[in-house]
Amino acid sequence: MTLIVPLIALLLIGVFQLISGVARPTAEVTTIGYVDELGGFQQYTNQGNITLVGFDTPDNATEALVSGDISEYFIIPQDYISTGVINRYTLEKQLAASPAITAAINHFLLSNLLAGKVPEATVARIEAPLNLVTTRLTETGAVAPEQGGYGNFIIPFVFGILLALSIIFSSTYLLQGLGEEKENRLIEVLLSSVSARQLLTGKVLGIGAAGLVQVAVWVISAPLLLNLASSSIGGFISTIQLPANFIVLAVVYFILGYLLFAVLSAAIGAISAGSREGQQLIGVFTLPLLIPLWFTSLSMFFPDNPIWVFFTIFPLSAPVEVIMRLGVSVIPAWQLVASIAVLVLSIIGILLLTIRIFRIYLLMYGKRPGIGEVLRSLKTG
Amino acid sequence: MPAVEVSHIGKSFTDKVVVNDLSFSVAQGEIFGLIGPNGAGKTTTIRMMMDIIKPDSGDVTILGERLSEATKNKLGYLPEERGLYKKLSVLDSIVYLASLKGMDRRSAEEKANELLNQTGMLPHKGKKIEELSRGMGQIIQFIVSVIHDPELVVLDEPFAGLDPVNTELLKGMLFDLRNQGKALILSTHQMNEIEELCDRILMINHGRSVLYGNLAEIKAKYRSNSVLLEFEGELGEVPGVTEKRTHKGYVELVLDGNTTPQQVLERLVSRGMVINRFEVATPPLNEIFLRVVGKAHE
Repeated sequence: MTLIVPLIALLLIGVFQLISGVARPTAEVTTIGYVDELGGFQQYTNQGNITLVGFDTPDNATEALVSGDISEYFIIPQDYISTGVINRYTLEKQLAASPAITAAINHFLLSNLLAGKVPEATVARIEAPLNLVTTRLTETGAVAPEQGGYGNFIIPFVFGILLALSIIFSSTYLLQGLGEEKENRLIEVLLSSVSARQLLTGKVLGIGAAGLVQVAVWVISAPLLLNLASSSIGGFISTIQLPANFIVLAVVYFILGYLLFAVLSAAIGAISAGSREGQQLIGVFTLPLLIPLWFTSLSMFFPDNPIWVFFTIFPLSAPVEVIMRLGVSVIPAWQLVASIAVLVLSIIGILLLTIRIFRIYLLMYGKRPGIGEVLRSLKTG
Repeated sequence: MPAVEVSHIGKSFTDKVVVNDLSFSVAQGEIFGLIGPNGAGKTTTIRMMMDIIKPDSGDVTILGERLSEATKNKLGYLPEERGLYKKLSVLDSIVYLASLKGMDRRSAEEKANELLNQTGMLPHKGKKIEELSRGMGQIIQFIVSVIHDPELVVLDEPFAGLDPVNTELLKGMLFDLRNQGKALILSTHQMNEIEELCDRILMINHGRSVLYGNLAEIKAKYRSNSVLLEFEGELGEVPGVTEKRTHKGYVELVLDGNTTPQQVLERLVSRGMVINRFEVATPPLNEIFLRVVGKAHE
């Protein structure tokens, strides 16, 4: 997972180049026919690679279509001005006309309708009146270093998904390891060598370190891959940017998220009978982790709803929620402070509670205690 | 200073009392047998000694102190049900578990090679644990329990699953450890092993101590008042003998309350009999075990 993610990204860039190399637009000229029943559509018959040829009657056009002289034709009916209907005829079975053909017909009709009535430059504006360029200003009126937009959102979104996935993987891994040690009784040898506190802290820190390595590899490889992608693919990809504070917060929340789910897994590993049962139980806790991902589109369009503040501070959803929100809007400092504080306290609290109950349930093979029993032993343990 | 001092420990799970007011001590340089029927509380007692679970009441001191992280390094443990990391190689498993006992990597590796060689397992040191047979895995786990030169070694059913060759090998190593002054606790229900190895024993049943002390003394106490005799010729009537039981190749003479084996021997010798074997009958531990446990069942 650590190296696979950057490698897959690299592979995708490569595949994109390969495909785009093969599918580079050919200079072949397509000829399509039209029948002008309304009159007045004679000019602008060369639309880039598409050439339009006029026919007197639909029968002539059909004949040319069948013989292969034209690839398709359309009829501009007499009531076109009032209905806007254009009838298109083709031999192909397709979902819709190709964007290139639609654009060519569009442009041909528009140019002919407006010919002589407005200046040439106005025709272009009527065709595409809006090219929205947004610039975010700071409170002093200067151009903000960090601009918004979808390009800003992509990296946090991808990171959010990866974080959720790697947390789920690693907590499953920890549960499996603990389950195995319980099942083969190696835990007894371990506990006759170290204390429960050392054992659990070691496991949690181990998983935390694995998370740190993972996020380091991704954070370092992300700008490199992004550069590579924007230079070779361009377009939308080149608008992708890494928000300035993103890297720092991504690392912080990655590690905290890892640690939180590591202590949770250890707690569940301690009370559950086997690794399979443990994995079912941890599922209950990974659901809140995924909530921010489910509501991605809502948080994109309504970034200021107070519900996101709750998910930012609620420890189980905080890691993914904060990373996602970074791409959509600005998170107030107090929310970040509160969220990190709650996370850190939860991690320490759960770890301490787990150490208390760990020893009691560790050797109760094959029997999971009820919630009431666990609560009782928290008091007495 | 005793290696282990257990005083009045008790443990219950939910509402079942598993260990009830149990006290014993184990000296350095002895092999101590912990015996009892299944479910008697042997393993729970060992787990409390090893600090794997806490006793509800009572105290355990190991080498003069309460068990701490530091004392855990002087302690070796072979649990009853065994397992190691399946995907790890033999050498890595040993070195990792030795490092938890505070050994550095180099000396752990050195000692591991030495012990592997001694047990004939050296050719397997690169193999994964899952490739080993059950008996081999057990030898590896035994190595793990003694590699760090512990002062106290606790072995729960160490011979289960071993072939006769490995059993002898293990016994030899246990005697070596005892001669080095280590304390060994052996928990088993194989009585012949206990008789062969142990100096003192504790027999528990239903979590309580039923027999405790020197093995020879216990056997003397439980001996029935009879002698075993192999001889040539006719036996006839012997004064002081109330019953003659004929076994294959020998006769068991049950004595009355006032006659000692010495007196019987003198009477037989005075008759000029050829005596090939004359032995005061001590019951095997197995029989004592059955008698004591059986009595408790009644």
